[in-house]
This record gives sequence, structure tokens and C-alpha cells, in this order.
Amino acid sequence: MSFSIRKSLHPGLNLGEDHGDDRLEAETSVFGFWVFMMSDLVTFGMFFAVFATTMPLACCPGPKELFDLGSVAWQTAFLLASSLTSGMAILTLKQEHASRSASTKKLVFWLLVTVLLGCGFLYREISDFIAMAAAGGPPTRSGYLSALWSLVGLHGLHVTGGLIWCLVIVAGIVVRGVDHRWKLTLLRWAVFWHFLDVVWIAIFSFVFLGGLL
Amino acid sequence: MLDAIFGRLTWDSIILVQAVEQPNINTFITAGAAAMMPVGGVMIVALLTWMKWWKPLFEWLTSVDHKKIGTMYIIFAVIMLFRGVVEGMLMRANQAVGLNGGFLSSDHFNQLFTTHGTNMIFFVAMPFLFGLINIIVPLQIGARDVAFPRLNQISLGLTAAGGFLFMISLMIGEFSTGGWTGYPSFTGRLVNPGVGPDYYILAIAISGIGSTLTGVNFSVTIYKLRTAGMSFMRMPLFTWTALCTSILLIFAMPPLTACCAMLGLDRFLGFHFFTNDMGGNLMNFINLFWMFGHPEVYILILPAFGVMSEISSTFSGKRLYGYTSIVAATMCIAVLSFTVWLHHFFTMGQSATVNAAFGVATMLIAIPTGVKIYDWLATLWGGRIRFTAPMIYLCGFFVLFTIGGLSGVVLASPTLDYQLHNSQFLVAHFHNVIIPGVLFGILAGIHIWFPKIYGFRLMEGLSRITAFLWAIGFILAFMPLYQTGLMGMTRRTVAYEDPALVPWMIVSGIGALILGCAFLSILLTIFVSVLNRKKLMVPIGDPWDGRSLEWATPAPTPEWNFAVLPKVDCRDAFTDAKAKGTAYQPIEKYEDIEMPANTYYGFIIMIMASGLGFGLVWHMWWLAIASLLGAIATAITYAFLPQKQYIIPAAEVREIDEAWRRSAREGRGITRDDEGNEANQGLARPDNITNP
Repeated sequence: MSFSIRKSLHPGLNLGEDHGDDRLEAETSVFGFWVFMMSDLVTFGMFFAVFATTMPLACCPGPKELFDLGSVAWQTAFLLASSLTSGMAILTLKQEHASRSASTKKLVFWLLVTVLLGCGFLYREISDFIAMAAAGGPPTRSGYLSALWSLVGLHGLHVTGGLIWCLVIVAGIVVRGVDHRWKLTLLRWAVFWHFLDVVWIAIFSFVFLGGLL
Repeated sequence: MLDAIFGRLTWDSIILVQAVEQPNINTFITAGAAAMMPVGGVMIVALLTWMKWWKPLFEWLTSVDHKKIGTMYIIFAVIMLFRGVVEGMLMRANQAVGLNGGFLSSDHFNQLFTTHGTNMIFFVAMPFLFGLINIIVPLQIGARDVAFPRLNQISLGLTAAGGFLFMISLMIGEFSTGGWTGYPSFTGRLVNPGVGPDYYILAIAISGIGSTLTGVNFSVTIYKLRTAGMSFMRMPLFTWTALCTSILLIFAMPPLTACCAMLGLDRFLGFHFFTNDMGGNLMNFINLFWMFGHPEVYILILPAFGVMSEISSTFSGKRLYGYTSIVAATMCIAVLSFTVWLHHFFTMGQSATVNAAFGVATMLIAIPTGVKIYDWLATLWGGRIRFTAPMIYLCGFFVLFTIGGLSGVVLASPTLDYQLHNSQFLVAHFHNVIIPGVLFGILAGIHIWFPKIYGFRLMEGLSRITAFLWAIGFILAFMPLYQTGLMGMTRRTVAYEDPALVPWMIVSGIGALILGCAFLSILLTIFVSVLNRKKLMVPIGDPWDGRSLEWATPAPTPEWNFAVLPKVDCRDAFTDAKAKGTAYQPIEKYEDIEMPANTYYGFIIMIMASGLGFGLVWHMWWLAIASLLGAIATAITYAFLPQKQYIIPAAEVREIDEAWRRSAREGRGITRDDEGNEANQGLARPDNITNP
């Protein structure tokens, strides 16, 4: 469907003039996704709020026994690095894919690197969860642990979803080339991926560092 | 083996079986209701087959046209309204004879008030408003469709899936007994391990996600798809209120999703969010629920305010008085609605300072609301008022809604609230704002916009009778509850011991009976109007001398809405065009119109979401997992399928559009005196009072 859009200023990376109509369509599409992200942010906010009201109980292990800051640092490094590589992917999209004929190799490379880093993050997070459960801190032990597992787990679920989404995009651009639909999907996915980074920084400082202070 | 397939679903879960095994009045009532669904289903299938309507049905279900999706929302809401009204009448009947115990068991009564509340909020009021917003907003802003037509269909599918879970609980199993607010620990696993609260959580969580997406879709539509010249301060008031409602949906639905998810984790996996032991805190649920619940009230009432704004100016032939102040008031209400949630539980042990702050914030909301009421009254002042059905709703709204609002100010005082909390006074208050506010707005909106979409008006006389029945029924049913509340009667009471309450309860019961007639009267109005549709046709599309862009299209509006997207250079653009004589003028150049093609996306998501919910409720894990994976696979598949469009050639658009414009130019039009009779062909002779 074609809409007449006078200006093209949307949050997220603007594709630039040489992308023609794709740039204009991104206006509605990316803005809509941005609005959805605001809604998602409120969901995270609610989980944060509930976490903030809970206290570790004396009966069960608390942050000092459960948190492995070294592993959390690794997770942070993986996720921040993946944000950088996803940014590289989008820059590649902007600079090299104005025409349909461009080779997709570089774009696919950066996306796969992002997926790899995301998998690294998930691997360490799941290992941490398993270790926490083994150390006597499963989510069913206390309100604090329920809130902790749900908040961190909700972020982990988002990351998993983001990785599946990215793989679908990779498959799509390999099969069908970088047409305007996959461009818009990539732009939205990039907003999503950076968003998860922002949420993780809040979790890192508020949950993990805050818990150990 | 059977457990793996059917989970905890057994033969005895089916309501009809219960009625055979334990025959008593409660099981007969539920079995009667449950039997209506298979019987109704068979009748619908027979009707569809007999009339050969299967193909058109699927054309509707797969449509991405905002007008068809809006219509489906409204049909859904009317069906659910039927259930809600019947439940309300049952409860009133029980209380009318409830001295020392009525005819319903307490468990049955608890399910009734829970389903009645859940139903009326989530499956009646919201779908009704989404229906109106869907139909009207794109037309008012001069767009051909919403920003994300397929997402719109998915939202409808998710709402319908929630409604499916809600309705199937009538046949299989039971619904929650925890009220529409579903507070734990009462809905927790320890107190109620049954399926009721699970149905409740999943029904509202799934439809809630649909509502979030609707909010995203309409805020983006209004921000991005306004036609050339349609600046924010030129938007019709209904669109403004739809925008505020969408913004509220974006920010208010996530707390509901979050608290449903947490309660679900407590119930399914044994977490300790809201349990009494192990560091759980049920106040977190109550806070989260009302962080959604209070803005929800304004999600419902704001579009109704929008309809009232349209009525007051259109049906008095005047420009809306104080446009800017109404817009500002709407935005103020939207913002303030997030600052008052605590007034729903003043009695739950916060400090007096906290209560006072929220009490004051609550009272503040009366100010912008008052501004609006005065603006509408001032709009009517000196206008050329037609006392037709919409105006009856508006006048009923003025009187009754204001009373309801004032009783809200009474409740906003924490000191008084300690006395009135959980009493019938509260029941009277919220019905007093929801029926004369939301419902009157919806019914009036349907009356004025019905001819736009279906091409013919509703019978004026019957519509007036309907309006009066709603008003009288409401007064009789709910005004007595203020009194009984002050006499100390609590809400959600199956039986009482004070004989002094009996007369009030009987009056209230009579009122409920009239409300039942009012509902039937809606159906009768539509039925008789369909039979007489030839006489009620308004093909030119402007039966009320309308002011905004939706009236500048034929009735029924073609699927492309506008042959050429209109340009706007002032508020009330269509009135301006009619005054200047530029309306209906020929257009030089037509272009091909590209529209999104039908898709099964939303329909498949609806089935998957229903399967997911049903599987989770009954612990049929295979069904839940298969549905979830199915939904993901559907999304991935549709990402790869080409997004089909179809082209309507310029020649076809030209032929239809030119014929319409020609007949509008050649017609004589009618004055407002003939608005209600057969002479009204939808062409208005401008009869506008210019503001001094």
C-alpha cells in the first residue's frame, strides 16, 4: 500500500535518500515497532517494580551465594558486542543495499556474528540458571527468587526470540535477496536488539550489581 | 495415557453431564446456558449452509478491510452483551428474592459476578469501542486503511480467542469466582486449584495482547496516515479520543499482561509472587492490576466522550464549542488516569498521606471532565437541535453521567471510602458511569454511523424507544443501590438478612428486567431496519448534515474509502466544503488504487491462541506446545509469503465515484426537518448556524 508521506524522520537508522520508496515505507513500519517497544518496556518495568519490592529470605540463598559476577560480566560483554555487530549489519544495509543486486555476504556475516554472540550470552545465562538452581535457589523457593528468575528469564526469552527472528531474516535474505520487506524487518529487528541491550544494562546494574552491594 | 491426552479434563467437567448427575436449579441454569452454544452453533451452521453464506463468511473472516474488521468486533460485542445482560438479570433476580438466601448457590453467584464483570469490560465494552474506532478513525483522518491492516486482523483474532476461552468455560469446567479483578490469594493455587482462575487469566491475557496491538496500530495510524492538511488541531474529536485511548492501551495493557503472567507462574509452576508465604506479596498483584484497571476506565470512556462531542455539534448544527479545551481536557484525563490507581484500595493499609495524595489526584479528574460537559452544553446553546435518538442519549448522558461522576468524587475521599468501600454504593457508582457514559456513547455512535457503513439508517422511532428503555432501566436498576450501599449492604452478596433492603432490591430487579428489554430492543431495531432498508437508504452518505470527512463518502462506503485522498484546510472540513459549494465537485484525475488482499493470518493465529489457552487451562501440554509452535511457524511462513495486493483500476473507481458525485450535485437535498423520514437520501441541504 502506498502512503503519501511528506517527511521521513523515524526513530532508528534512516535508510537514506538512495533507498527510494523503501525509506518512506520504513517511516510507518519502524515508528510502529518503536511504539510497540515502549509498550514492552512498560512490561519490563512492571517486572522490575515487583523485583524491587521483594527481599531475599533468610531461609534461602541470596545474591551473595547465587550471583557469579564473572559470568554476568561475560554475558554483558557478549550482548554489548552483539549490539555493535548488529549495528554493523544495519550500516551495511544502509550503505551497500540501495540496489537489489548487491552481494549479501557481508550483511549475512555480521548477522551471523550477532547470532553467535547472542548464543554465547544465552549459554552463559542458562548455565548460571542451572548453577543457581543447584545452589538451592530455584524460583519456587521464595518471592525474591521468583521475581529474579522471571525478570532475567523474561529478558532471556526476548533474546531467544530475537535470535530466532535474526535467523529467519538471514534465511529470508539468502533465499529472496534484500528486498524492501526484509529491509524493513531488519530495521525493526535492530531496534529490538538494541532495546534488549538497554534492558540488560538495567538488569546488570539494578539486579546483579545492586544485589551484591 | 488418557491423562497425557486430556490433562485434567474429565467426563464430569462437562456442564451438561453435571446437570444429569446432580439435578438442581444451579446446574439447570448453567446447563441451559451451556446448551445454548451447541444449539446456537448448529443453527448458525444450518443457516450458513441454507443461505449459501459460507463463502461470504470466509471473505469476511479473512478480510483486512478496517470497516469489516470493525463490524466483526461489534457483532462479537453484541453476542457477548447478550450473555452479560442475562447474567446481570440473574443476579438482580436472585437479590430481589435474596432475603435469607435466593435461588442461586453462592458458588454459582460468585461465578456470575465474575463472568459478568470480566465479560462486560473485556468482551463487550472494549470490542464495541475497537469496532467503532476501526470503522470511523481511518475515514475521519482521510486514510484508506489502518497503518498495519494484517496486525489489525491479528488483534481481532486474539480478542476472539480470549472470548472463545471465556465462552467455552460455560460448557466445560467453570469460571473463576474471584471477581473481575481476580485478587490472589483467593485465585491462587492454594485456595482455588481448579480451572476457573486459569480460564480467567488466559482469557484476559490473550485478549489483552490483542488490545495492546490495537493501541499500537491506531496510534501509528493517527500519527502517520492523516491526509494532507489534517493537522492535529484539525482532527475530529472522536479521532482525538481514539488517539488518547490508543496511547492508554500502549501503556496500560502491559501491567495487566505482567500481573496475569505472574499469577500464571504462581499457579502453574509454584512461584511465590502473590502467595501468603515464602515472601510473596499479594499487594503487588493489586497494584499492578489497578495500574491497568484505572487507565482502562478511561480507555472505555474517552471514545464515548468523542462520540458525544460529535453528536453535540452535528445534531445542533453548530461548530463544537471550545474545541481546544476539549482536546486539552482529553489529554489531561489520559495523563491523570495513571496517577490515581490506588483509590481502588484505600482500605488496604497505606499511610494516610499516600491515601490523601491519591484522593486529591482522583478529584482532579473531575475538572477536565467538567470542562467537557460545559463545552458540550455550550455547543447545544442556541443550536438547531434535533431531539432524535442520539440527542436522547446525549441528554441522558448529561444528567446521569454527571451523577455518576459526582458519586465518584464522593468515593475519592479516603475517609468516606472507608465507609463505602465494597458496598453496593460502589456498584451503583461504576454502573452509573459505565452505562450512561460508555454504553450510551457506543449506542449513539452505532446509531449515527450505521448508515455510513451499511447504507441505510436505523428506524428512528425504535431507536428512541431503545434509548429511553436503557435510561429508565438503568435508573431503576442502579439508583436503589446507592441507598442500599449507604444502608450497609455489601457488593457481591448472594443473600442478606435485613428485610428493609427488600423493596429496593425488587425495584432494582424490575430495572434489570427493563434493561433486558432494552437489549432486545436493540436487536429489534436492527432487525426491523434491515427489513425496511429500502425506505431507509441514504446512498449519498450524509444523512445528518455531518461535519467531518467520513460523511464526504457514499454510503455504504466503498472499500477504498476515498477515490482520491481529500485535502483539508480547516476544522470541520466537510461542513466548510458544503458551505463553499466545493463538496461533490468532479475530480479530474483518478489513479489505480492498491489495497491489501485477504489473508488467513489472523484467523490462524486465533485458532492457535485458542488452542494454547485451552491446552494450558486443562494441562493438555501437547495441545499448548503444538499451538505455540504452530503460531510461530505461521508467523515465519507469512514472513516468507509475498504480501499480496490487488489493484482497483482507475476506470472502475472513476465510474463509481463520478456517478455518486453527479447524483449528489443533481439532488435537491433535504433540510433537517426531513432528517427522520424517507426523503432523507443522505444529501443534506446545508443548514448551519455560524458561531457568533
